[in-house]
Amino acid sequence: MPEPAMGALAGPVSLSSARPWLNRERLINGLLLMALFASPFIAQAVGETYYINLASRIAIVAMAAVGLNLAIGYGGMISFGHAAFFGLGGYVAGISAFHAFDMSLLLSWPITLGGSDFMPGIWLAAMVLCALLALVIGAISLRTSGVYFIMITLAFAQMLYYFAVSWPSYGGDDGLPIYLRNQFPGLNTNDPLTYFLICFVALGLSLALCARLMRSRFGAALTMARLNETRLATAGISPFPIRLVAFVLSAVITGVAGALFADLNGFVGPSMLSWHRSGEIMVIVILGGVGRLYGPVAGAILFVLMETLLGGVTEYWMLFLGLVLLGVVLFARGGLMGLLAGRARHE
Amino acid sequence: MSEAVLELRNLHKRFGALQATRDVTLDLRPGEIHALIGPNGAGKSTLIGQIAGHIAPDEGQIRLSAEDITGLSVAERARRGLGRSFQVSSLADSLSVLRNVMVAVQAIQGHSFRFWKPVDRDASLIEPARAAIARMQLSSRADTPVSELSHGERRQVEVACALALNPRALLLDEPMAGLGPEGSLKLTELLETLKLEVPILLIEHDMDAVFRLADRVTVLVSGEVIAHGTCDEIRTHPRVREAYLGD
Ligand SMILES: Nc1ncnc2c1ncn2[C@@H]1O[C@H](COP(=O)(O)OP(=O)(O)O)[C@@H](O)[C@H]1O
Ligand SMILES: [Mg+2]
Repeated sequence: MPEPAMGALAGPVSLSSARPWLNRERLINGLLLMALFASPFIAQAVGETYYINLASRIAIVAMAAVGLNLAIGYGGMISFGHAAFFGLGGYVAGISAFHAFDMSLLLSWPITLGGSDFMPGIWLAAMVLCALLALVIGAISLRTSGVYFIMITLAFAQMLYYFAVSWPSYGGDDGLPIYLRNQFPGLNTNDPLTYFLICFVALGLSLALCARLMRSRFGAALTMARLNETRLATAGISPFPIRLVAFVLSAVITGVAGALFADLNGFVGPSMLSWHRSGEIMVIVILGGVGRLYGPVAGAILFVLMETLLGGVTEYWMLFLGLVLLGVVLFARGGLMGLLAGRARHE
Repeated sequence: MSEAVLELRNLHKRFGALQATRDVTLDLRPGEIHALIGPNGAGKSTLIGQIAGHIAPDEGQIRLSAEDITGLSVAERARRGLGRSFQVSSLADSLSVLRNVMVAVQAIQGHSFRFWKPVDRDASLIEPARAAIARMQLSSRADTPVSELSHGERRQVEVACALALNPRALLLDEPMAGLGPEGSLKLTELLETLKLEVPILLIEHDMDAVFRLADRVTVLVSGEVIAHGTCDEIRTHPRVREAYLGD
C-alpha cells in the first residue's frame, strides 16, 4: 500500500532496477488485506454479526503483532514482554472510560484530570505512556541480549501483571468493565462494522508506518543492527539508541492495539498483561513469518480462526496450535508468508 | 610528532596472563603508509581493536588529530574519521555491497533518526556510496549480495565502507589475505594512490606489498615493538631477521 511503483522510478540512483511492481508477495499481501476487509461485510450480509467482532479481533491482534514484529523481525530484539504494552494500552482505555462513566477524577495532582471517552485522546495517551514504559524497559533490557533479553522483558511484563492484580482501585484481579464503548467523533463506535473499520484502518496505518520506516535511514540502521552490530558501529552508528527507538515504536503500536482490544471486549483485566498474551502475540509473529511485513496479518488470521473454530470444538485446541507452530518452525522457515509468497527478497 | 594524525602512547593490554600489547607507542603521519608486521599472535589485531575502540586498553592513550579518543565508543571514533577493515571480514552478508557501504555514508551525514525518506531513492546516500565502491574498482558488483562475493572482494567492500566515512586515518588488517597474486598487486596499486589522501596503518603479511608500500615499518613480537624504521632499516635489522624474517 505505501510502496510506489519502483519499476517506473528506476533511474540511475535506484538501488536495483529490475524489481517488478507486482510481485507474488505484494499480491498475497493485498489478498490477505482484502479477505480481512471483506469478511465482516459478508458476515453482515448473511446476518452472522458475531463474525464482525471476530474480524475486528483479527485486525487488532494483527496490529499488536505488527508492533512486535518491528522489534523481533526487523530489530532482532526478542521481546517476551509485549503484553506489558498491550495491557497498558488496554488499561488506558479502561481507566479513562471508567472515570468518564462515573465522572470522577483520574488525577488530582499535579493537574486535575477527569476521564474521557474520546478515542483519539485515549490512543494518544496510550502511545505516550507505552513509549515511556518502553523507554525504561528498553534502556535496561537492551543492555543484554539473547536469552537474558527475553527473560528481562518477561520479568518487566510480569511485574506489571502482578501490579494490576494487586491494585484494587481498577478491579484488581477481576479487571475493569467498560460499560460504554469509547467514542470517536462523527462515528458510531457501537456499530460493530464501524468499529471494525476503525480497527482495520489502524492496522493499515501501522503496516504502512512499518513499511515506510524500514525503507528509511532509520530502517537501514536497524537492519544493520540486526544483521551485524559490529558493522553498524564500525560504520559510525551506535546500535543502542537505534534499537531503543525501534523498541519504543514497537511498543507504541502494540499499545494502541491494546486500547482497541479493551474497547472491543468492553473489558480490561490483568490477563491482557500476562505472559500468555506475550506468547500469543509472539506465536502470531512466528506463524505469519518473522520479519515479513504482512506476516502478522497472516498469523493473526490463522491464530484467531484456529482459536475460534477449534476452541469451540475442543478445549485442547492449544495442542493443535502447538502442532501447527511446530510444523511452521520446522518446515516453513518463513512462516505462512514464506509458504504463500516464497522466500523474502534480498534487501 | 605533533603533526601525527594518529598517536598511540604507551598502550598496554593483557588477556589474563597473556600480555597482548606491551608499552606500544607509535604514530601515523599524513601521506604515509605505516606497516605493522609481526608473526601470528604478535598482537597486531589486538592493537587495531584498541585503536578502533572494540577493545579497551588497560593503560595508555590513543589520540586522533591531537584529541584523546581513548574513552570513545567504536561508532564515535568512526564518525571522527577512523576507518577500519577486519582481518575476518565483518559485513551484512544478505545485503548488497551498496547497502553495506551506504550505512557508512549515512553515519557521516548526521544522525540516523530519519524515519521517512526511503534510502533506495536517496541520491545523497547512493552516490557517495557508489563513488567509494568505484574507488575500490567494485562497481560491477555493487548490487550483488555480499554472500556471493569472493574472499578478496569482501575485503575490498570493507575498505570501501571505510572510505565512505571520509576517514582521517585507515586501519587495514591484512587486506591482501586471500586475494591471490593478481588481486594483491591491484590492491597494492590502489593503496599507493589512496595514501596520498588518507594515511594508512597497514597490517600485512605479504612482504612484497609491505616493502613496496610502506614509508615506515613497525615490528611487533609478543605484544612488544622490537624494531621501527624505514623499509631498508627493517630489512637489515638483526633482531627482525632473527625474530620474524626467519634467518
Ligand atoms: N579476546 C581475547 N581474549 C584472550 N586472548 C586474546 C583475545 N584476543 C586475542 N587474544 C590473544 O592475543 C594474542 C594476540 O592476538 P592477535 O592480536 O589476534 O594477533 P595477530 O593479529 O598479531 O595475529 C594471541 O595470542 C591471541 O590468542
Ligand atoms: Mg591478526
